[in-house]
Amino acid sequence: MKRDSTVQTLVVATMLCVVCSVIVAGAAVGLRPRQQANKRLDKKKNVLIAAGLIQEGQVASQQVIDEKFTENIRPVLIDLKTGKRVDASIVNPDTYDQRVAAADPKQSEPIAPAADLAGIKRREKYAFVYEVIDTGGTLEQLVLPINGKGLWSTLYGFLALDSDGSTVRGITFYEHGETAGLGAEVDNPKWKAIWPGKQVFDESGKIRLEVVKGSVPPSSPNVQYEVDGLSGATITSKGVSNLIHYWLGPDAFGPFLDLLHQPKDATPNA
Amino acid sequence: MPEMSAREVLFDPIFRNNPIALQVLGICSALAVTTKLETSVAMAFSVIFVLGCSNAAVSLIRNYIPTNIRIIVQMTIIASLVIVVDQLLRAFAFDASKQMSVFVGLIITNCIVMGRAEAFAMKHSPLISALDGIGNAIGYSLILVVVGFVRELFGSGTIWGHTIFPLSNDGGWYVANGLLLLPPSAFFIIGFFIWVLRTFRPEQVEQEG
Repeated sequence: MKRDSTVQTLVVATMLCVVCSVIVAGAAVGLRPRQQANKRLDKKKNVLIAAGLIQEGQVASQQVIDEKFTENIRPVLIDLKTGKRVDASIVNPDTYDQRVAAADPKQSEPIAPAADLAGIKRREKYAFVYEVIDTGGTLEQLVLPINGKGLWSTLYGFLALDSDGSTVRGITFYEHGETAGLGAEVDNPKWKAIWPGKQVFDESGKIRLEVVKGSVPPSSPNVQYEVDGLSGATITSKGVSNLIHYWLGPDAFGPFLDLLHQPKDATPNA
Repeated sequence: MPEMSAREVLFDPIFRNNPIALQVLGICSALAVTTKLETSVAMAFSVIFVLGCSNAAVSLIRNYIPTNIRIIVQMTIIASLVIVVDQLLRAFAFDASKQMSVFVGLIITNCIVMGRAEAFAMKHSPLISALDGIGNAIGYSLILVVVGFVRELFGSGTIWGHTIFPLSNDGGWYVANGLLLLPPSAFFIIGFFIWVLRTFRPEQVEQEG
């Protein structure tokens, strides 16, 4: 038997590689449309959760999510540098993938290390803002995509603000790889329930919203800005603080929020 | 080696020859995924599938695998199967795949999978090898589920996400034991499991000296 001959070794190795790559590639390509549909749906669902339009843990069918999303949410692309809307002729919002753009050197720019609070190194040029419209057609909330480093992983989530851009309405993280039971409590509904009503800015316009270590005493003078830390997850908590400071700061959504704070632009869709 | 019946091959690894409790293999992943029952169960099913298929596949080509590259051949088969499982989870069980994230990939490095391919599938026919794989995976799953159950119950006060012990943070009476959420606690629980198992099956106790 020439089982251990060089020829046999090469033949077996080559055939195995071919067969395995066909199987793996077949699975990856064949299932991709389904996986992407899942991802898109999950994202929509999380926008709705951040805006409080569906409840966490509620089993919502694809149809319900799609319906609510088209009815209540208007995705708007903005240029982060100017804070202004981007014309659809420059970037097509239907095909724009913000996560892909953030990694693409052509569609993103490096963040100066000193400004990189979120630890993400590059930032996409254009970002979605999800406008939440009530039944009367008035702008009710803004849902902003946020991301940044925690302890082990990059957290991806959404922050919902009032239409004036200064009061938190909700927060959610839809993707992270933090320690289960500790850092992963960022998606604990009870912790997220602390967020609504918190203020982002003080009178001077400085970002004050922060996750503190331990719990916030009700008598604290900064109670309107501070959120209880996750116990046992100091670094994840700090990461959440930092990424909020980054995304609401001058390097990211700052210019957009500034425009919003000017009274004449209070209803940018009028 | 005396010929074993299919039944023995399938059920022996559960208590008599448990891969974790007796052979002490695969404990690395038993630490990682067991903070919650749900991920433990998802991991258990993935390992049962991978181990059954990988043993069958390795056994199928066992007479053609050159001895000097056999380990890497087994590894390639296992890795391909794991990727397929990961893709399937992402397509059909999106929430579970989000929970498991990197741990699915870690099945590749699970010593039990390779251990069974090398120790059993290389010497036996495909059908019995598949049974051996499934049996060992069930033995592994048993420990995973026990550990996951204990860790989730005492670490977070919940089972499958449902509150059993109301936590003191939320105004209940139970102060969660944070140690149970950290990997070392799985060692203690596995240690206790082995202790209990060997109390009932003294033949598993190693001879001293």
